[in-house]
Amino acid sequence: MSKQRMMPAINLALQEEMKRDNRVILYGEDAGISLLGQTTGLQENFGKDRVRDTPICENIMTGMAVGAAAAGYRPICHLLYGNFIYTGFDSIANQAAKLKYMTAGQVKLPIVYMAVIGGGRSAAAQHSDIPYPALMNLGGVKVVVPSNSRTAKGLLKSAIRDDNPVFYLTAAGGGRPEEVPDDDNYIIPIGKSEVINQGNDVTIISIGSMTLKSLQATKKLNEKGVGVDLIDLLSLVPIDEDTIINSLKKTGRVIIVDEARDICSAASHISAILSDKAFKYLKSPIKRVTVKDVAIPYSPILESHVIPEVADIVNCIEELLELN
Amino acid sequence: MMSIKNYVNNLSDEDLKRIYKKMLMIRKCEEHLGEATKNGAFPGAVHLYIGQEAIAVPLCDQLNDSDWISSTHRGHGHFIAKGGDVKKMMAEIYGKSTGICGGKGGSMHVADFKKGIIGANGVVAGGMGLAVGAALASKMDGNGAVSIIFFGDGAANQGVLMEAMNICSLWNLPMIFMCENNQYSEFTHTSEVTSGKIVDRAEPFGIPKYEVDGNNAVDVWQAAYQAVQRGRNDEGPSFIEAHTYRQRGHVEFEYTFLSRTYRDQNEVELWKTNDKDPILRLESYFIEHNKYSGDDIEKIQKEVQDEVDDAVKFAIESPEPDITSAMEHMIER
Repeated sequence: MSKQRMMPAINLALQEEMKRDNRVILYGEDAGISLLGQTTGLQENFGKDRVRDTPICENIMTGMAVGAAAAGYRPICHLLYGNFIYTGFDSIANQAAKLKYMTAGQVKLPIVYMAVIGGGRSAAAQHSDIPYPALMNLGGVKVVVPSNSRTAKGLLKSAIRDDNPVFYLTAAGGGRPEEVPDDDNYIIPIGKSEVINQGNDVTIISIGSMTLKSLQATKKLNEKGVGVDLIDLLSLVPIDEDTIINSLKKTGRVIIVDEARDICSAASHISAILSDKAFKYLKSPIKRVTVKDVAIPYSPILESHVIPEVADIVNCIEELLELN
Repeated sequence: MMSIKNYVNNLSDEDLKRIYKKMLMIRKCEEHLGEATKNGAFPGAVHLYIGQEAIAVPLCDQLNDSDWISSTHRGHGHFIAKGGDVKKMMAEIYGKSTGICGGKGGSMHVADFKKGIIGANGVVAGGMGLAVGAALASKMDGNGAVSIIFFGDGAANQGVLMEAMNICSLWNLPMIFMCENNQYSEFTHTSEVTSGKIVDRAEPFGIPKYEVDGNNAVDVWQAAYQAVQRGRNDEGPSFIEAHTYRQRGHVEFEYTFLSRTYRDQNEVELWKTNDKDPILRLESYFIEHNKYSGDDIEKIQKEVQDEVDDAVKFAIESPEPDITSAMEHMIER
């Protein structure tokens, strides 16, 4: 166990999995030099055959993963920023998500598509998107969003070992260093969320970068005597319905904090699940705290205005409680 | 008439006869599908390979199950050429449980991974990345296997082709770009939407290029031989442009929805003549050189037709898919 930030924890998971299984290969733009630090040292340790620098060509990169996976490898396609998923979207949506189904299960596609998502760094609109709403709707892919360095390690190892295409999307604002287990078999199962704070008054379901903000909001609410059940969702496909429904049964009130725009977001989908399956336990409307319905602006003052902040979460819950 | 076999040393008469029979199998399957679609015998639309048989077969004749092919929406021919099961293909097009994809893919997605058939593809140039990925896998395995992307003149205008050529050349992948220029990008003559010569697009990437008469099985075989050997010997990718002609429409039944014609019927008829049609050209060669008599050819035609009839019967008599299968194979939980 040691305290690590997000990128070193991701790097550790990659090192361990590439050592464990020589069918795991990784490629991407600047994979060798590693722009963001996830892939640092991999080329030195595993060679230029297994760790490849690609040209800047997301269109072919996403498709290559499908072909290489069909031919027996476990490719990790490193797409840098979430927005570049759009550039490579044809092979993601038309091939990776559908080939297994269209061929009646003839083929397994153990692929990890990894990218950094979200705002908070003045990277502006084309490097700050949250692309998972579109991915969640594809059907044939899993989607995970770790919230900190520990979950980043555990989920990446699960993603690499999974036989489906998995989108592994890490928040740009990865948060503070956390204790990361050294155990090279430390995994977090895909489809399991974590309850990271217990309380009886309200449930917060948070995703990715919103988990740290939700934790801070939880502390502020605790000070005001409000008990919060905080669920770090971790996996968007599949969603851990049991855990969120059980929490709702306990608290009767739920808000979902999601860095995506609201329309067809993870938050709106979870809201639909809860109203379908747990309506009778609700004491108040399900609320969604999401990014405002604009592109992410550059200037920090504008950016923090549109991305949910701790105060937005606290305010939402206070309004919710005053309703009753 | 252009000679079909004037400089072949490494292609025997037996090879040519085997190739001919497989081309005939494709032709007769496609003829059936063209007829049957008029009666609504199966659910979806079909894009037929008639006239292009001399491309898939001579190339795939040199491949084995560990080699990969990725093809197009016009993919029945590639499937059969690579050794796909005709009965299972027919059942798939008929949407039946016995189809190669259990009735979940249909005409545009016939695939058999055990035979190295990554599959047909409903997206123009959609198979490009898949074939490159398979080529990368073969390169890393070092097993001498090659990967072929079959694509049309229409797909040659997709940007992903450039990405593919760049990466295959850069990494010296065992990849064959097989462009079947059938002159029509859907309903538009390719000259109206294409600048330059397609084969020349390989040049700046340093990829050896071959331009062949795609209706001449021997020409195609020769170019394919060079390309396959290059791949097997780790010498990198090759690019072949095979000139051919799409004897049928982009899709069967197209005149039910098109507001006007887009090509002259005389042009179509020209490509069906003894001088142009790839199957008739082979038959003429066999007869002229006393390799087959007219009776021999008739006998082979009947054999192949019987096999197609059996496949159709199998497809028609096969049960519909169990509806529970609709919920299978999307994702492994």
